[in-house]
Amino acid sequence: MTYIRDVTALARKDLLLELRARDTLPAMLLFVVAALVVFHFALPGSSSQLASKGLLWVAIIFTALLGLARAFAAEREQGLLDGLVLAPCDRSAIWLGKTFAMLMFLVLAEVVALPLYALFYSGIGWSTIAGVALANLGICAVGTLLAAMAAASRARELMLPLLFLPLAVPIVVGGVGASVVAASGRYLALLAVYDAVFAIISWASFEYVVTE
Amino acid sequence: MWLRNNALVASAGAAAVLVCAAVVLIFFWVPVDADQGFSQKIFYFHVPIALTAYLCFGWGAWKALLHLWKRPPGADLESYVAIHLGVIFGALTLITGSIWARVSWGIWWTWSSRQLVLFLVLFLFYAAYFMLRYSVDPGPARANISAVYALFGVVLIPISFLAIRLAEDFIHPTVFTSRGPQMAGSMFFTFCVSWAAMIALATALYQLELAGKRMDRTLRELREALE
Amino acid sequence: MTSAEKYVTAAYLVVFAVVLVYVLIMAVKIARLQRELEQLAVLARRRQQEAEAPRRQEAAEVG
Repeated sequence: MTYIRDVTALARKDLLLELRARDTLPAMLLFVVAALVVFHFALPGSSSQLASKGLLWVAIIFTALLGLARAFAAEREQGLLDGLVLAPCDRSAIWLGKTFAMLMFLVLAEVVALPLYALFYSGIGWSTIAGVALANLGICAVGTLLAAMAAASRARELMLPLLFLPLAVPIVVGGVGASVVAASGRYLALLAVYDAVFAIISWASFEYVVTE
Repeated sequence: MWLRNNALVASAGAAAVLVCAAVVLIFFWVPVDADQGFSQKIFYFHVPIALTAYLCFGWGAWKALLHLWKRPPGADLESYVAIHLGVIFGALTLITGSIWARVSWGIWWTWSSRQLVLFLVLFLFYAAYFMLRYSVDPGPARANISAVYALFGVVLIPISFLAIRLAEDFIHPTVFTSRGPQMAGSMFFTFCVSWAAMIALATALYQLELAGKRMDRTLRELREALE
Repeated sequence: MTSAEKYVTAAYLVVFAVVLVYVLIMAVKIARLQRELEQLAVLARRRQQEAEAPRRQEAAEVG
């Protein structure tokens, strides 16, 4: 049970830090709103509703990227990652705690973004919401691991989108499919498979990313 | 034992023989395809190159797993070289596939070819592998991170394929009918020889690059010992 | 040559060209390794002479 305690402690730490610093979440919120506005101008008049649904997913992915880029920023700026790794907890607990924290940020950003999307463009059905929920898990699981890799590199924030976007292709397919196609079950299944597979290997391999 | 020590020579020899044999079979023996005509002959190189690229990525992932698991000293280098080769063969797949699309359907690119789209995604993924590797200082951290990324890649292959297949339902590409290879016996034989040739070529290039990099490393150690 | 033949030839040519470029890169690398090896041989020879020099001195003093 100490594992769960560790995870909760780590997640709470990140959420508290954000509560005090208030830099990541407001940026994500503002970004997603601005993106939705830009998309209006990016959609020529004859574009269908379907095109705007696709753009919703683009907004979600890039908002998540914005948040993920900050995932290990505090640890990196203050050289805390070594300290965290030396802590007597399973390294994968660090990943799990961080993933939960990121998930919270992303969900909060979407709580604003989805109603706004419904206002600006078109209504959102249950399958879209289910798709967003499932996609969040995959995005945060993979994104947190990749953020740790990017933190170890000299290029830092530049690396994360390069690493993340190819892996985001199945998420976008699953999400857009769930939003657009009537028989959304297959796409939700794709998202579920992605989440399961990548969460497991992220959880298992995080240790190797932060240690030597 | 002799094979292990002379892997480079053996694979280069095999590659020379098999590639020549493949070219002879393709251009002098196998009959011209009734439907697609002469342009179908690109298929004898394009598909084996694609399959060999998958093998390279798989081999790279296997070496990466070995590195994380048992830590043999050369595994990281072998993983890197395998993935490097996989990217080269992947680029060749995209180029030959594009030429085939041009000659078959008149356009240089089509989103309806699952194979090409999958390779594009994988190419982006493994290109990022090199960006990642070059932005981390050499050492055990770089080796570990590269290994984890290589494993992610090999897991991405089937999931991407699934995703691309599902995406076709809502992307509605103009479907170009290209009937799968219902090959006559002689065509299948030629295909197999060509595939063996590509694998031999990849192995030879792999051993060559590995030898070069190992020599580099040894010379550097020698220099440090002498200076 | 028909246009189909031209495209097929182009495809095979690309593969051939890539392999040849690979050989070229390897050749450049081997040339560099050769140079380094020569430099290290010089260093090793010098080391060997330095190791022999005090021994020769001792032999001269004793004799």
